[in-house]
Amino acid sequence: MLRIDALRAVYDRLEHLVVVTIMGAVAAELQSLGHRPNFFYLQHAMGLASSMGLGIALTKPDTQVVVFDGDGSVLMNLGGLTTLARYRPKNLVHVVFDNESLLSVGGFPTATSTGSDLAAIAAAAGIPRTGAVRTIAEFTKAFDEALSAGALTTLVAKVDAVGPAQFVTDLSLLENRFQFQRYLKST
Amino acid sequence: MSPVSVTSSRIVYDALKATGVRLVSALPETWLVHLIRMAEEDPEMILVRLAKEEEGVGISAGAHLAGVKSAMLMQNHGLLASINGIVSCAQLYRIPLLMLISYRGEFGERDPWQTEGGGVTEDLLRALRIPFSYLDNVGHVAARIAKAQTLSLSANKPVALLLCRDLMWEEN
Repeated sequence: MLRIDALRAVYDRLEHLVVVTIMGAVAAELQSLGHRPNFFYLQHAMGLASSMGLGIALTKPDTQVVVFDGDGSVLMNLGGLTTLARYRPKNLVHVVFDNESLLSVGGFPTATSTGSDLAAIAAAAGIPRTGAVRTIAEFTKAFDEALSAGALTTLVAKVDAVGPAQFVTDLSLLENRFQFQRYLKST
Repeated sequence: MSPVSVTSSRIVYDALKATGVRLVSALPETWLVHLIRMAEEDPEMILVRLAKEEEGVGISAGAHLAGVKSAMLMQNHGLLASINGIVSCAQLYRIPLLMLISYRGEFGERDPWQTEGGGVTEDLLRALRIPFSYLDNVGHVAARIAKAQTLSLSANKPVALLLCRDLMWEEN
């Protein structure tokens, strides 16, 4: 499964949701499908996209939040899974694209390439709904189920370690940040 | 009874409430126990107990973008553990952070393990260009917290207040 195909498969669901992504390929690929003011791309600070999603979900409990995370980022903040589980906001869907690689910095293999199982780690941390998927059909079904479940979900999507040719886009970091804040204020 | 001052903790907590803070992230440390308990017992406050302090930067960033004022309660060693988040999230994206940092390892410190971090705290804040001040007397607590938050919000930047031994510890 290609990550961009997974993003494309659920893109129409994201129109009215609050979306936070990690840096690199995830941010560039989602932007390539069409940026929206409700999308925020955390272009650095690896590990904190899920924490940002938690902060938004706890303070806007009536707004559905989706975080598009990655294996490298989750591995930098494994403790954050326990914090997500502790507060388990019902309005947060946490997707982890696991390509077993630190793709944007040269493709070095992460520990998921040698057997570390992020869905199992999330479950053991106490996340109420967890799962792992390998095909677009499975991903789309699991994503839709997570949106309608009304319970915190960490969904690990195993994807190929390929990404876009470049990661810098013409959307400046601060333009994105203030536009996103204005969007949240309007909801 | 712990010599951590309940009276001073209450004054700090009430000052945070008065500035509109409605979310507090925290990692327990001795000097913060009363503040964390006050947040926990306050139905108007969202308390997020962290595994590591850097998470609090992300949580406060999310809360800020969602329109909710927040504060981070941490030890100075938690500041050390949060640096990349502060630089690569809060400063890169111009996010206000109100950080209340217990200033361990200063004059009067008895725990040897606190002393190294104490020695680098102020230089680190200066290196990060984080405006900071001290909370060492109950008389100025409310005004300094309010002014720190005002600067943080107008500058869209992190600010720090150092919770000092003279304020937090009653066994001097």
